[in-house]
Amino acid sequence: MENEIQVGIGGAAGDGGASTADNLALTSARQGLHVYVYTSYQSLIRGGHSWIRLRISTQKVNNVNDQVSAMIALNQDSMDRHLQELAPGGICIYNGDKVKPGKAPEGVQLCPLPVFELAGKDALPIMQNTVALGALTGLLGLEFQSLSSVFEHTFKKKPQVVKANIDASKAGYDFAVKTYKKIANPLGKTPAKLAMVHGNNMIALGAANAGCKVYCAYPMSPASGVLHWMGAHGPSLGICVRQVEDEIGVANMTIGAGQMGVRAMCATSGGGFALMTEAIGMASIMEIPVVMINVMRGGPSTGLPTKQEQGDLNQAIGASQGDFQRIIMAPTSISDCYSSMEEAFNLAEKFQMPVLYLSDLLMSEGHMTAETSFLDREFKIDRGEMIFEDKGNGNYLRYKDTPSGVSPRAIPGIPNHLYVSATDEHDDDGVTISDVYTDPVTRKRVVDKRERKMAGVLAALPKPKLEGPADADTTIVTYGSTWGVVNEAVARLNKEGIKCNHLSVKYLVPFQEKEVTELLKGKKNIIVVEMNKGGQFARHLRAETGITATGHVRKYDGEPYEPKHVVAGIKEVLKGKKVVEAESVEPGWRTPHPPGPGVLSTSSAH
Amino acid sequence: MPTATVAAPRDAKLYKPEIPPDWCPGCGDYGVLTVLQRACGELGIPNEQLMVVSGIGCSSNLPGFFKSYGMHSLHGRSLPVATGAKMANHEMTVIACGGDGDGYGIGQGHFIHAMRRNVNLTYIVMDNEIYGLTTGQTSPTSEPGMKTKSTPHGNPEGQLNPIALALAAGCGFVARGFSGDINHLKSLYTQAIQYPGFALIDVFSPCVTFNKQNTFGWFKERVYKLEDKGHNATDWNSAMERSKEWGAQIPIGLFYKNPNPKPSIDAADPALQGKGLATIQKLGLTAEQRKKLIEEYV
Repeated sequence: MENEIQVGIGGAAGDGGASTADNLALTSARQGLHVYVYTSYQSLIRGGHSWIRLRISTQKVNNVNDQVSAMIALNQDSMDRHLQELAPGGICIYNGDKVKPGKAPEGVQLCPLPVFELAGKDALPIMQNTVALGALTGLLGLEFQSLSSVFEHTFKKKPQVVKANIDASKAGYDFAVKTYKKIANPLGKTPAKLAMVHGNNMIALGAANAGCKVYCAYPMSPASGVLHWMGAHGPSLGICVRQVEDEIGVANMTIGAGQMGVRAMCATSGGGFALMTEAIGMASIMEIPVVMINVMRGGPSTGLPTKQEQGDLNQAIGASQGDFQRIIMAPTSISDCYSSMEEAFNLAEKFQMPVLYLSDLLMSEGHMTAETSFLDREFKIDRGEMIFEDKGNGNYLRYKDTPSGVSPRAIPGIPNHLYVSATDEHDDDGVTISDVYTDPVTRKRVVDKRERKMAGVLAALPKPKLEGPADADTTIVTYGSTWGVVNEAVARLNKEGIKCNHLSVKYLVPFQEKEVTELLKGKKNIIVVEMNKGGQFARHLRAETGITATGHVRKYDGEPYEPKHVVAGIKEVLKGKKVVEAESVEPGWRTPHPPGPGVLSTSSAH
Repeated sequence: MPTATVAAPRDAKLYKPEIPPDWCPGCGDYGVLTVLQRACGELGIPNEQLMVVSGIGCSSNLPGFFKSYGMHSLHGRSLPVATGAKMANHEMTVIACGGDGDGYGIGQGHFIHAMRRNVNLTYIVMDNEIYGLTTGQTSPTSEPGMKTKSTPHGNPEGQLNPIALALAAGCGFVARGFSGDINHLKSLYTQAIQYPGFALIDVFSPCVTFNKQNTFGWFKERVYKLEDKGHNATDWNSAMERSKEWGAQIPIGLFYKNPNPKPSIDAADPALQGKGLATIQKLGLTAEQRKKLIEEYV
């Protein structure tokens, strides 16, 4: 039986909301409960407002849900913004010594905590969070033992900190359980063995597991998490990590490393990706495998550094001058960010070309639980045709014309395989043809050779498939991170008697035109759900297949889709509206921005 | 330090591929190339242990005329590409090269940071004070007042001083050579390649087609050798003083060589101890590594 709740934690940056959320998430995960976490925050180091939503469930969860049923207000602002969002039966926990309650909606329980009394007069202000977390643990029906074990784990080198946290949270737990009513369906336990991960860590861990040896980056939200992971773990794992002066340098350094025969990767967001683009063409014409991550955020230009959008598909497709070969793929969930690294590196090396990997803020900065058994898996490593030692066969041609278009790649350092790779057009031996009078024969032949590789890529990709009832005449088409929320919406619609299914497209280039066309054949309604204003993916679908979507649901207000947005949007489309532009309308998103004290704008780096 | 090992000398011809250079007759870059072939021969570096990386421009065609592994990369990007190559296989000798427009113009940001980063590679800038491949526009090292296609009324901008810039950026080996004095240039090359850190050699390499001002003759009249004037190349302050000289007397030779160089970034990086990363064929995490990393999330 499915049993779940969505919790909101509100406070200013620096109030400790993030660690409170982390501890709640870990406490839940330790009881085998699945968790999905998304934080709406400002581009500030201190002050402002951040709102963390944690969806906790006995079932797998991939996205935020519609409504919050329990909240911790760490400050007055959070109380004022979010109290009205609570569902009936909900609870609102706050420091009764500091925060004045608002008028609770019908059926919502206000749970003030006498923090001074419970934590002691000398306690640090941050202890209010610990008391509140203890209280929430009690009212959600989580075991106190799970919470205390999280403190023991987190602060294992500081026994006195462990004790202070356990004492304060126990006081909050006992007080709340004695004073207030628990939620109607306490969460309980499942036997699942879960880890709490986030997308950037999954990209980094996935890359390490796939054998990445050189990682380059320039700080940029929301991609910096990959750099932080690499910075922390690279040295002990034998991964060379460089923070470079700009993304132009990042891309070129990564490609320089790739040329030598290591698996190399870089990550950035849209603005940094724009700087990288000239180098992408270099990797393609030189036939160098690299994996380049673009963690999309709200654009254009600096845009919304801390908000979600799928706005860079056009940029990825149009990146770099000329007509050239590359792979563009988009993982579909936080856990898929991990598995997709295995695939990205294998494709890059087998077909000797850049792989552009479109993550986004929703996945990269979102947190969720993943089974430890899912993570603890040896990746299959397929490096394609490579030459690691001199077998004395002579006459080596780096860009040999082959039926597959793939030329065996000798790694520099081996005797008798010398070659120069050029960004100028070149022949089989790498000798440039750019300075000769003209050589249309060679030019055409080498372009054809490189392009032949794309057929190989297409054949190597897993086939797309419909999720939900196959015979439905309405198909929702998406790509990337909207997979989870759209699946949930599709399930709800089917339950309501609106028969529909879902096609999530993972590979944007090369596009699986034949398969996608086949899957969409005869559908009465083809509805594209994406996160941008202009319908970039719908246009791509049309360009690749000739299929024009019958309707569109789009969101570009910076906040992720909740299932209700998708459900309502699809219903409106089915009623005849062509384009539905969804938005988040809860009062918490609408309250006027209070003037933040001493705020320091930053985390975006661009 | 693999690049510092002096092996048995080899014939400079071994570094000449079948393809002859296609620079203009009399171009300064011929001297730069010939000397590089001799220097590598003198140090006995096997061809396959050399990676020569260039940007774009006349001089950046050099890797195509040099028998080794090479990358003829993007305009201004030889240094990040070369840095990536060195990180991926620090056992190889990596030489970056290009022109003044490539390195001091469009690639300026990388130039400064590559020196600050102190990667163990040699950077040869064929400095002709002009953009040649684009048929003669002003470059960052063009003299003020110089008439070019882009500045027909005279260059209104200042002239970059790469030597002072390199010293200020913390470069541990800063030298200037002249393509018209190849024996002198060869000694700078061999020292630079053996130096265990980033080494810059700015080489006056006259453009005989588009720069009618800074010609071979012009340089011959002006250059003098620092070592002939008793310059102490371990003294950073006197190097800085000498770097300012431009006009009737222009110094060439070794301006500065850090007597106590810190380990280069590739030597210091914990991931780059032992064999080159590119030569490691067992990829991916071990079961123990993976278990430990997953442990962090539970």
